[in-house]
Amino acid sequence: MKKQEFDRRDFLKTAVVGGTAAIATPEVAQAEQPAPAAPAEAAAPAGYAFLNLDEAAFVEALVDHMIPADEISPKGTDLGVNIYIDRALAGAWGKGERLYMQGPWKLGSPSQGYQLPLTPAQLYCAGIAATNAHCRTAYGKPFDRIADAQRQEVLIGLSTGKITFDNGPPVRVFWTTLYQTVIEGMYSDPIYGGNRNKAGWAIIGFPGIIAVHRDHVAQYRGKPFPSKPVGIADMS
Amino acid sequence: MTTKLREVDVVIVGLGWTGGILAKELTETGLKVVALERGSPRSSENDYSLPNIRDELRYVVRHDLMQNTARDTITVRNNPQQDSLPMRRLGSFLPGEVVGGSGVHWSGHTWRWTDMEFKVRSNYEERYGKKFIPDDMTIQDWGISYAELEPYYDKFEYTAAVSGKAGNIGGQIKDGGNPFEAPRTREYPLPPLTPILASEMFTGAARNAGYHPFPRPSANASQPYTNPDGSKFGGCQYCGYCQRFGCEANAKGSPHMTVIPIAMARPNFELRTNCWVTRVLKDSDGKRVTGVTYTNVLNGEEFEQPATIVLLCAYAINNVHLMLLSGIGAPYDPIAQQGVIGKNYCYQTGASATLFFEGKFFNPFMNAGGSNATIDDFNSNWAFDRAPNDFVGGYVVAGGFNTPLPIGYRPVPSGTPQWGSEWKRATAKWYQTAMVINASGSVMANRYNCYDLDPTYRNAFGQPLMRMTFDYKANEHRMGGHAAQTINTIAKSMNPTRLNAASARTDPWTVVPYQSTHNTGGTIMGTNPRDSAVNKYLQSWDCHNLFVVGANVFPHNSAYNPTGPVGALAYWTADAIKNRYLKNPGPLVQA
Repeated sequence: MKKQEFDRRDFLKTAVVGGTAAIATPEVAQAEQPAPAAPAEAAAPAGYAFLNLDEAAFVEALVDHMIPADEISPKGTDLGVNIYIDRALAGAWGKGERLYMQGPWKLGSPSQGYQLPLTPAQLYCAGIAATNAHCRTAYGKPFDRIADAQRQEVLIGLSTGKITFDNGPPVRVFWTTLYQTVIEGMYSDPIYGGNRNKAGWAIIGFPGIIAVHRDHVAQYRGKPFPSKPVGIADMS
Repeated sequence: MTTKLREVDVVIVGLGWTGGILAKELTETGLKVVALERGSPRSSENDYSLPNIRDELRYVVRHDLMQNTARDTITVRNNPQQDSLPMRRLGSFLPGEVVGGSGVHWSGHTWRWTDMEFKVRSNYEERYGKKFIPDDMTIQDWGISYAELEPYYDKFEYTAAVSGKAGNIGGQIKDGGNPFEAPRTREYPLPPLTPILASEMFTGAARNAGYHPFPRPSANASQPYTNPDGSKFGGCQYCGYCQRFGCEANAKGSPHMTVIPIAMARPNFELRTNCWVTRVLKDSDGKRVTGVTYTNVLNGEEFEQPATIVLLCAYAINNVHLMLLSGIGAPYDPIAQQGVIGKNYCYQTGASATLFFEGKFFNPFMNAGGSNATIDDFNSNWAFDRAPNDFVGGYVVAGGFNTPLPIGYRPVPSGTPQWGSEWKRATAKWYQTAMVINASGSVMANRYNCYDLDPTYRNAFGQPLMRMTFDYKANEHRMGGHAAQTINTIAKSMNPTRLNAASARTDPWTVVPYQSTHNTGGTIMGTNPRDSAVNKYLQSWDCHNLFVVGANVFPHNSAYNPTGPVGALAYWTADAIKNRYLKNPGPLVQA
């Protein structure tokens, strides 16, 4: 949870706005002074390919709230779940690969599945904007700047449908997508940017892509299987 | 501009199990056979190899081997009053779209459906009376018998390397097998897979309850094997990446490493991949088909491929779609109850419980596609009296796992939060210490469950999508309730620390999440053209040189997985074509 009110996002926004005033003014030069500190604070992220500053702040806050650092695992951003989500949204899946995108569009019934005229990336952006709008109304601040207990309240509201979005996508569909991507970022192979150091798999003792379990079936029947998880990169 | 190609003897649409079997069998006779497959060529060596095949995100979540719904999908609704809307991405079922079709990504469960299914209406009417079958339940006898199909089941099991234990050889009941199966002539080609702890525990509990557990017969080679055609199998590695994946060990019986390469080695066979068949062509009087049109999806070019015989061997849904698009046979009308194409679409139902055992290690990541132990006491066991339970059909119950990979499977007891430290602790505690008992149940045909062409939505080729109207009926709800009760009784007898009990589903069928790729019916087989689309040899009643092969010919769906009879019927049809049709082309059954 970020305590400071002026964070990396504010700095980057100021820097960009300042940029237009050009290098001439000393104020701008001063504003650029803290620049080396920013990458240091953001050492973990590998840079975003899709998310803008508000969206990145939302996703980082979300994954660190859902996956807090504790005795079980590092926090969500240290697992790279935010990076996984960014890459997924930037890539083919986010852009609607394999999604039938022809109208006419109707909401349909839940039994008819996904019916929005949005790619997953568009849904994500619209859902984040709507959630932040809700947070501003309810708490006066966007999701990444509210207190932990308030974040908890928001996620419960999203997951139960207590929160609704005016003129936005259905909350149920946004939440399902959000939740699914967090899970994917925890448990997909590290080649996709999440599950860093296979720390997601380590939570549950999933050994990864062990080539051969043929002899293990009888040998470890009813016994814990001792293994350091193996991923695709380890075998490539 | 359509380029007309030179006529060939046989054109096969779709190259999975059925197309592969027919390609292999018919090229033996010297016929010139061309197979058109909409998917791309893939091989075990190049595509299903370590480490990249072990990728849950790519193959399970993103459906890498499956039909691309951006290009073609279906529309769905639960009843005729509802607006039908496109299934915009896959979910409930996953048709394959590569060479080998769904035979690449299946888990290998191979059953012999018996006369309990093939004579379903006669059986129930005889034992329970005509009134026992609801008016809108359009079940009918199939026009084929188990005895006719037995040699072809055998052939398929020996081709696909099915591991299992016979329960009935020539009428003699065998210990350890399924005592309710119909008599077989010999043992399975391979002994059962090594049991996992979950299947052992289920076996013990089911036996204590008086049931008859046995290892599920599966096309996962329990040891290295060479089939009668000379195709070589490795032994199963229990890698846990079976269903939805190609097998890197060539231990899962699949067409791309058995029948297809045999056909490919023959000069009179040609496979054209990335070729999408859009229509079957009829001659002027509609009595024969003359070939197919297709588009090469790599460049958009359109071709006409004339052929003396056309075999539709695509996924069950797509076979029916092609029949409707081509105007062959009368489309089914559920209101007037006339016509046949699209009739009796069926699916499957189920129920499931998760059992949590503190301190027990199930190692869910070590299993084969068919590691589960099963009971058939409520399905092929005709002694199980349906009257007091008031349902037609049955269900099988199994204990073990089904693709227990971490994105999709992280069981926690009901009431656990969905995120946060408490959730993480529960996930960590229970992933390895939980097991599943589930039931798979039959779905009887209903007059309103059917296919037709959608009036609104179109595919990438400008053709109407197929429209599926389907929901579970009271019969299935009652059976689901019975299945849930059976599961819970067995589960409780095992004294789990925690239990997420099974419950009967009464909500409408939904396109998410995954349920089973066991879609049946639409061009059903039968004894006459008034109530079926094809005869017992899967030959179209309307056009004698057209055969429609796959689960689309099943008049209803059973509790068992469909691939056993799908494979057996493909061999049966191949025999009928080779030994009868070629000698005297014409209807093999007089209408």
